[in-house]
Amino acid sequence: MRVALFITCVNDTLYPRTGQAVVTLLERLGVKVGFPEAQSCCGQPQFNTGYRHETEPLLRRYATAFRDYEYVVTPSGSCAAMVRDNYPRMGAKAAAEGRGQELADAAAEAVPKTYELTEFLTDVLKVTDVGAYYPHTVTYHPTCHGLRMLKLGDRPRSLLAAVKGLNLVELPGAEECCGFGGTFAVKNAAVSAAMGADKARNITATGAEAVCTLDNSCQLHIGGTLARQGSAVRPVHLAEILASTEGDVW
Amino acid sequence: MSGTHQVHGDQQPSGTQRGAQSGAQRGTHQATYLGMPAFPQAADASTRNTQLRANLRHATHTIRAKRATAVAELDDWSRLRAAGAAIKDRTLRHLDQYLEQLESAVTAAGGQVHWAADADEANRIVTELVRATGEREVVKVKSMATQEIGLNGALATAGITAYETDLAELIVQLGDDLPSHILVPAIHRNRGEIRDIFTEKMSQWGRPAPEGLTDAPADLAEAARLHLREKFLNAKVGISGANFMVAETGTLVVVESEGNGRMCLTLPETLISVVGIEKVVPTFQDLEVFLQLLPRSSTAERMNPYTSTWTGTTDADGPRTFHLVLLDNGRTDTLADTVGRQALRCIRCSACLNVCPVYERAGGHAYGSAYPGPIGAILTPQLRGTQSELDASLPYASSLCGACYEVCPVAIDIPEILVHLRERVVEGGPASVRGTRTVIKPAKGHAAERAAMRAARWALDHPRLLRTGQRLASRTRRFHPRRLPGPGRAWSDTRELPKVPEESFRDWWQRTRGGSGTGSRPEGRKKTT
Ligand code: SF4
Repeated sequence: MRVALFITCVNDTLYPRTGQAVVTLLERLGVKVGFPEAQSCCGQPQFNTGYRHETEPLLRRYATAFRDYEYVVTPSGSCAAMVRDNYPRMGAKAAAEGRGQELADAAAEAVPKTYELTEFLTDVLKVTDVGAYYPHTVTYHPTCHGLRMLKLGDRPRSLLAAVKGLNLVELPGAEECCGFGGTFAVKNAAVSAAMGADKARNITATGAEAVCTLDNSCQLHIGGTLARQGSAVRPVHLAEILASTEGDVW
Repeated sequence: MSGTHQVHGDQQPSGTQRGAQSGAQRGTHQATYLGMPAFPQAADASTRNTQLRANLRHATHTIRAKRATAVAELDDWSRLRAAGAAIKDRTLRHLDQYLEQLESAVTAAGGQVHWAADADEANRIVTELVRATGEREVVKVKSMATQEIGLNGALATAGITAYETDLAELIVQLGDDLPSHILVPAIHRNRGEIRDIFTEKMSQWGRPAPEGLTDAPADLAEAARLHLREKFLNAKVGISGANFMVAETGTLVVVESEGNGRMCLTLPETLISVVGIEKVVPTFQDLEVFLQLLPRSSTAERMNPYTSTWTGTTDADGPRTFHLVLLDNGRTDTLADTVGRQALRCIRCSACLNVCPVYERAGGHAYGSAYPGPIGAILTPQLRGTQSELDASLPYASSLCGACYEVCPVAIDIPEILVHLRERVVEGGPASVRGTRTVIKPAKGHAAERAAMRAARWALDHPRLLRTGQRLASRTRRFHPRRLPGPGRAWSDTRELPKVPEESFRDWWQRTRGGSGTGSRPEGRKKTT
């Protein structure tokens, strides 16, 4: 099984811990992980802001970088959704613009091998108990692209439920967007901040020590808002919880 | 617009206090969406209006929960939804044929069909039709199409007073206000505000509010009932829209909860219906699907209380004259766009507004058109174009969370269309404008952003360069400010900035694995908490 990690630009630059956690976790489960260094950003910020043509080189780069791998695993629901939903659209539009099938072919190559971390664990490796130990009270915020685009369903919760020592508390209004939305956070700062403030207050009210998500880009916004509100709740990526063991709690 | 609400003696209802004072007091302008600020500015103001936010939060969360329950009752909801989308898609593909079929059927049933290319033409047609009756007052059924074209303002300019008879539209009209929701146009008002509006304004439009009116819902409804009853009994001309038009029979359908619509559709001698061309469905049987999808999605009812259908005219029953004005106003341009055309499936249920976290905080007025919320963000820039600052800002009025797509009863992929329209805003490209294929220019004011996106893409497409940048950021991490200057303030005003780690993932991998792609436990993981 040739498995590559797609780290994503946000994790690479700001949350290397999450990538380290994915490597630790997968290796513990007996999976050899590769990291092709030609990888970069999936192009979501450009694409979702309207710059489709600027995104095309990044689609090609993704397809080429992971060419030698059967599986590409990424600790980001939103980047996985970008590949799965938007790469084919980009390919179709390029073909409709009379630029041939090249981009569509690259998309077709990239899509079936791309897995969000919890999909890879539950659907490919078919594990829900990964042998993790995390002695903390945690609340879970299902991020929108994982929830509604990838339709991850119970996957993250069943993984969390199997973690020893973890006390999962319900988040009120869990399915409401945190308000990040990429460039939305800046272009519509007032609404984004209002959404973030409501989300952060709900998180703090659970009494949890940590809020778990599958997307560090959302955590950037949630964690930043929690900190500004003076909340003690820490943002944590699911991968870090799953990587933790009794001998080594992350 | 100016002094348009004149009192016309010959049609003045009796038993009112309107008299000489009323024209002036009824407001010297017709509220309009023209000249509104771009979405972010308008939303910035509304997010700080705590009363508005509380009203909207309460209203949308209540209806949202009820809808979820009503939809969950049907095992075959996803199949109904797919059927609704498929019927609409097929109809839109052959729209020209169905519209001609509809025209023949309506004409054969005694109605007259008029075609309006845009808002001005539709307003002109309706104004002339009302003038021809000699009447100076009309009663209106709640209608999105007439809000879209600003019909009330156009009629007022021609000296014709239009009375809104839907309860919420009445509140909006009396308050000299604009609708902020498709289904509940006065959703931004609470009971106390409505009592004040009724007490202050009803007398200027007709029968005054009862003395000592309270804000109890039953009292407010009774005040509206008494006020409106007069209008119904005096009306000679009714104006409506329609939820559906059946091509095979020429039947129009209006779905409502109050029964006020039915009064307007049956009591006047002349009925004029202004309907968007996308509202046609091929057969009567197709209604089976939509009359299940619509009420559950919109009011969370299994069946709506009043479904009025009419086919042309009928001797000695209902209006003797029936006019159908078929409205294009940007719809064929929208149809020409293979992605954007999904928006024409919309049945105006407003489910997408009720689940939208952005709508909930920004309020309907921020969208600057009769169509607020997610559907407005994709429909308005297609109907009006993306050239004004407001219209160009609408596709960005979303975090792309996808809640709207999930509830839409005709499966409109709203996030997909939003991104598609963002592309039109920043890159321009081919589009249909007033029926002609053309290449539109990018909207103004995106040059700096475009340059930044290009630079970012260039760096991201050169991972070595990216690594240099990451290392620089790591080395200077101690000097990073807590608040950003310039455009970055939009971020750091309300959120702490993340700490840049000592090394990027790339560098950690290189250091611990040497790029070999294998290795055991990650060495040297830095504890950063
Ligand atoms: S877009 Fe869909 S959910 Fe929104 S009003 Fe139209 S039909 Fe309803």
